[in-house]
Amino acid sequence: MHADPKGVLTGVHFMDGDHACCEGALAAGARFAAGYPITPSTEVVERFAARIPTIGGIFIQMEDELAASIAIQGAVWGGAKAFTVTSGPGFSLMMEHIGLAAMTETPCVFVNVQRGGPSTGLPTLPGQADMMQARWGSHGDYGIIALCPNSPQECFDLTITAFNLSEEFRVPVMMMLDECVGHMTEKVVIPEAESIEVTPRRYTKRSPEEYRPFEPQEDLVPEMVKAGDGYRFHITGLTHDERGYPDMSVGTQDRLVRRLTEKVKPAGDGRALYETGDLDDAEVAVVSYGITSRVAQRALQLARARGIRAGKFRLITAWPFPERQIRELAGLVKAFVVPELNLGQMVYEVERSAAGKAKVIPVTHAGGTVHNPDVILDAIMEAVR
Amino acid sequence: MQPLTEIRIAGFGGQGVILAAAVIGRAAAIYQGAYAAMTQSFGPEARGGSSSAQVILSTEPILYPYVTQPDVLVVMSQEAFTRFAPQLKPGGILIAEQDLVQIDGLPAGSRVYGVPATRLAEELGRKVVLNIVIVGFFGAVTGLCDPGALRKAVAASVPPAMEALNLRAFDKGFDYGAQIVAGLA
Amino acid sequence: MIETTLDIPADARNPVEPFLRMERMPHIWCAGCGIGTTVNCFTRALLKSKANLDKVAVVSGIGCTGRVAGYARLDSFHTTHGRAIPFATGLKLANPELQVVVYSGDGDLFAIGGNHFIHAARRNMDLKVICVNNMIYAMTGGQTAPTTPLEALTSTAPYGVSEPAFNLVSLAEAAGACYVARWTTYHVMQLSRSMEEALGKKGFCFIEVLSPCPTLYQRRNRMGDGLDAMKYYKEASKIRHGAPTSECSLSKSGEIVVGKFVDRERPDYCELLRAQMCQSLGERYAEPEVVCSR
Repeated sequence: MHADPKGVLTGVHFMDGDHACCEGALAAGARFAAGYPITPSTEVVERFAARIPTIGGIFIQMEDELAASIAIQGAVWGGAKAFTVTSGPGFSLMMEHIGLAAMTETPCVFVNVQRGGPSTGLPTLPGQADMMQARWGSHGDYGIIALCPNSPQECFDLTITAFNLSEEFRVPVMMMLDECVGHMTEKVVIPEAESIEVTPRRYTKRSPEEYRPFEPQEDLVPEMVKAGDGYRFHITGLTHDERGYPDMSVGTQDRLVRRLTEKVKPAGDGRALYETGDLDDAEVAVVSYGITSRVAQRALQLARARGIRAGKFRLITAWPFPERQIRELAGLVKAFVVPELNLGQMVYEVERSAAGKAKVIPVTHAGGTVHNPDVILDAIMEAVR
Repeated sequence: MQPLTEIRIAGFGGQGVILAAAVIGRAAAIYQGAYAAMTQSFGPEARGGSSSAQVILSTEPILYPYVTQPDVLVVMSQEAFTRFAPQLKPGGILIAEQDLVQIDGLPAGSRVYGVPATRLAEELGRKVVLNIVIVGFFGAVTGLCDPGALRKAVAASVPPAMEALNLRAFDKGFDYGAQIVAGLA
Repeated sequence: MIETTLDIPADARNPVEPFLRMERMPHIWCAGCGIGTTVNCFTRALLKSKANLDKVAVVSGIGCTGRVAGYARLDSFHTTHGRAIPFATGLKLANPELQVVVYSGDGDLFAIGGNHFIHAARRNMDLKVICVNNMIYAMTGGQTAPTTPLEALTSTAPYGVSEPAFNLVSLAEAAGACYVARWTTYHVMQLSRSMEEALGKKGFCFIEVLSPCPTLYQRRNRMGDGLDAMKYYKEASKIRHGAPTSECSLSKSGEIVVGKFVDRERPDYCELLRAQMCQSLGERYAEPEVVCSR
């Protein structure tokens, strides 16, 4: 279905990534947000708080991130499309409810504008060190989807994608911005509402008597209902059977947890979002994401100017990791260079997927600014040596 | 427009540093079909009432997001001058609020333009538009952006009730700069 | 001994059955536990309130009382430890036609969830909070709760509790609740009546129900079984409607002041939000339409 024009600020804007992310959420149909202030993400909800009363929806500033991250789930079960926004320390507090959303298959979006960590770290400066936390931060086994924009325009576009994927797969989707992309202002084009595709909620057509809240459909995703419609359903964070009732049996645990993990795999397999360039003749592939992908692109220009055959593989979908694409690329290039604003996170996925078929060279950075392109260039040169 | 121009604007908080940068970026990105990326300093250097913004203008997509060596440095406070003048690219342009900044020591070959922006703004009755006076002046002395595009960007960046005043401020700064350029020529 | 013959048909059913997920019986609660009694009172309150049960949602946290959501034949949510209130907040705001009842225990609502409780009361969120207070963490084996009275023995205070306990009704009043009552599981009629009143009242309503935990609290403190608890509740309780909540602290074996302490009018969150938005935005304000289309 098309986006509701009420939430779509059609036009050409000069806008920062945080604000563009908010506009993406509004265009995607989010009419509920709960947040707790934290730099450098607050601008997203500040804009939502300013915009939503004239569109028709609710913003509530909660007492902490635990509250914000579960208030949105209450809202979803009430029938809303909802999201919350945070940065490192708040993301840590939200982990429990990322697990709840995964377990209860609650479609919702978590925006993390990453700053330098650990702990309070560098509140106003960029980092990309929450990538593994996004995937594994809550306890237990489950699947999630995470997307990494590298410009304000993508903050808009991918936030819509994030909402759509969350509805399709009934999973929490993480928008993994970084401070630099969040606070950078560039041109953002917001199209007409009718050219924005919005995925509707997978509401069941079954009667309350026939409906089973966690009965998987063909794609392993169950159909949804909302409170107040007479289904008298039960949702629990406990291991549950298809009726939604607690069931502590090993068999039920196995079926449920495998399904929660399996159902999101298509989002990373055939449907992973990524961008490639100059890979046809490449000896070296630079794998990067977020703001680092732009700096890496600069390094690639410098490398090509020196006659080095280097190309790019930009991760847009970080999770599920596009394992197959990297595996195939590993058979074609000599080496991967993986710059990221952390001391090595996604590089482990590249290494795992390359499975020894190509050298993998991390270019680490503790965060606080972006890489110097020369440092990435040095790694590219080392890779072809 | 040159292939890539780095601009830094710095001053006190409250002088409208960020808005000035946004107007220049918007002019290039929206009204001139070029590329512009603006970042603000949220780091420790933004403390103590100082404010700084960076704009990169380019004919190509912008990759590296930060200004390393500005081609144009606009300073609206002595502190901003002291902190950022050493970074100015040799042969670069320095624009200073001349009543607030005393210039001593600059990279060789720099071109310096002074403008009494606060006073000119006061002549319009509102000191707050000094940032737009500076933008006008910037437009005239650097020639980096199309003046028409800058004017449109000014109009798009301020509340409707403030549009006329800001456009007058822009024109005042622009004319002041144009006279200086004519005098130099 | 007088023999009573009740004329009960063979297919007779308990009147509360329609409110319960009978396929989930038997429940997990111990013999002598009071949680089931409170659920019984709650179903009777629902019955009397004539609420449309399709529009009543129950939200629980974690713990013995947290299991109430799983047994109520309503839209029901068993959330995370301490977070029933913020979940309920989102549910209510997204779908204001729902009557949202938070049903949880003292540890859940006032230790790990204490911050959410005071903020929901401050906002006067239109939630009905029922707290079954058994003065202990029961599900995890009898550890000290913020409600455990001084000197009581718990598995984590084997030599007696030395920390002062919260006075829940005083806390609720101070934080802004517009309805505050306390009963025990001995006071089933009064409790049911209070629940019914709360269901009919807009705003943040709080009902504390003292309930025995024979397995972990009574036993360890040599206070007998469930029946002994009833006797204690009967003897020690004093009904004092409108009593200042600050005078209603509980102790290990002292007087239990019960009754309705607070019943006041305050505009609720949604009314306040709407008024402020109308004042600031006038006709530009759009009424929230949060539910996404099918």
